[in-house]
Amino acid sequence: MSPNLRIALRFLTAKKRAMLMSLSCTVLGVGLFVLTQATTSGFEEFFIKTILGTDGAMRIEDKIQDTLRQMTAGGGSDFQISQRQGLKYIEGVEEPKLIINALKDFSNVSGAAPVLRGSVLVRADFKNESAQVFGISLEEHLKVSDLGRQIVQGDVATFREQPTGALMGRVLADRLQLSTGSTFILEAQGQRMRYTVSAIYETGVADIDKMRVYVHLSEARSLLKKPSGVSFVQVNLFEKDRAPQNSIQIQDVLKHSAKPWQEREKSWLSTFRALRISSAITVSVFTLIAGLAMFNTLAMIVLEKTKDIAILRSMGYERRDITQIFLWQAGIVLAIGAFLGCVVGALSTLGVSYMPLPISGIFKTETFVVSWNIWHYVQAIATAALMVMIASLIPARRAARLEPGDIVRGTAQ
Amino acid sequence: MADSANFALRCDNLHRYLGQDDARVHVLKGVSFEARRGQVYAIVGPSGCGKSTLLYLLGLLDQPDGGEIEINGSKMSNTDDLARTAARGEHIGFVFQFHFLMLEFTALENVMMPMRKLGRLSLPEMTDRAHSLLASVGLGEKTHRLGTQLSGGEQQRVAVARALANQPSIILADEPTGNLDVKNSALVFDLLTRLAKENGQAVVLVTHNPEIAQRCDLTRPMRDGLFV
Repeated sequence: MSPNLRIALRFLTAKKRAMLMSLSCTVLGVGLFVLTQATTSGFEEFFIKTILGTDGAMRIEDKIQDTLRQMTAGGGSDFQISQRQGLKYIEGVEEPKLIINALKDFSNVSGAAPVLRGSVLVRADFKNESAQVFGISLEEHLKVSDLGRQIVQGDVATFREQPTGALMGRVLADRLQLSTGSTFILEAQGQRMRYTVSAIYETGVADIDKMRVYVHLSEARSLLKKPSGVSFVQVNLFEKDRAPQNSIQIQDVLKHSAKPWQEREKSWLSTFRALRISSAITVSVFTLIAGLAMFNTLAMIVLEKTKDIAILRSMGYERRDITQIFLWQAGIVLAIGAFLGCVVGALSTLGVSYMPLPISGIFKTETFVVSWNIWHYVQAIATAALMVMIASLIPARRAARLEPGDIVRGTAQ
Repeated sequence: MADSANFALRCDNLHRYLGQDDARVHVLKGVSFEARRGQVYAIVGPSGCGKSTLLYLLGLLDQPDGGEIEINGSKMSNTDDLARTAARGEHIGFVFQFHFLMLEFTALENVMMPMRKLGRLSLPEMTDRAHSLLASVGLGEKTHRLGTQLSGGEQQRVAVARALANQPSIILADEPTGNLDVKNSALVFDLLTRLAKENGQAVVLVTHNPEIAQRCDLTRPMRDGLFV
């Protein structure tokens, strides 16, 4: 053990109460930082998981048509000016099979499924509701969504076996007072077709659960009178975070607009980010208090230990050693505080994760959602380290600046 | 002119001002002094005559406003804080009036502290030397007592042992017996002079005690910032 660390440890243990105060502030700061980041990130990650499990990581829709205006000089000249006029979109994907085959060349794509979408009126015995029908190819769709896991009544196998079966959102089913086995009519394009509720799903996203009815793609084609093409291709990715880069590549190669989930859910993601930053700032106040407590304690020790500083300096300890002795004290409190803070943070995160909190609307959960991420701990420790070390530097430097002659003279005379 | 190699400490024409503006006082007015190895010097004089100020300058705890200080042949007057600190650790041992022990540490740890900083000895060697020094000042049985568990006389004896820890060539003592009773005063002085003589160290002590001063090899009286 270095002499400076040995002295720092002894100084620390001599001021137990003050050091415990600084330590508890550090523990509180780190613990709360971890907890708030775990909860806010938890909800954000759960939201992302929900929307990825429902709408996939990317949607390929609408064919892009380049418009190029050309002006040619007259008089037999070859001179020609070309100017892009911007992009035009042709609604839907005309050749979904070609697109899905082409997507296999993209290594990050884990699955692609065609979806035909259209507005319908749902007629039940009890009442009618406007909705959207989603014609899906079940096996492919299950690879790009969590639809199978979102079933809350009935099962996917029944839907698979029933050509006129339908998967209905829970909110819509409740409104229409339908359950599995019930029949209803979908009305679109002037024609009516009867379907059976094979299963009821719940994503937790209210806008989806009250609007979507999934039917087999062939049924949707008949109902919407669209024998070819689809509205979009839903794509799933191995690495979800690479969706923006992949969408640019896909758009360039396939000449169809490709929208990543980050862009699709921009407003919600911004809200979550703002919440996370806001809570981090709020909790940083606690680490600031930890820093102030440390400043106070060390400033007090410097005042009380001026004699000891003079002794050390008279024995050949340099200014640098004195600074180190005080920074070591802050470092020890910080290290213990950070460790205990992380333990407190982890335990409180675990406790909070069992706390009942029924939420539905943007996602469905019955308890607090938390995220276990090592970076929350790293950020909490880094914030506390920054605050505590800045706060310690001032008294440490003050201690180092003390002139031994001044101290001894002041005491001796 | 004496051989300069015999002098552990020399100063020439030292000036020091203390205070600022109207309160500025010319404390040392061109003091010159030499200390030979193996000799004990007493600086005496009334309070405020500049004895302690001179001692702190000689011990490189303070910087003069003018003049030269030489430690073992090296000029220290214009050196930076790092060089002065290194010289203090290697060449100078201090004994202060108010013991100045680090009270959270044991007697042994206090004595080992300068050795740990200098780093010349291994840990077992440091421990042996500290034990031996404490035994030589009569505290062999109290090595593991904290500073707070020692009497004033015992604390000052630990301070003497600590001052000798790095075998410095110069021992500077500011009223080393000023806070002790007659018995302890004699004990501490005898220790200091005996150990210094044995090791060939120059001892410079500031004292108000005429009996102590008389027992030194040389007494230098001071008045109004000058030797008289």
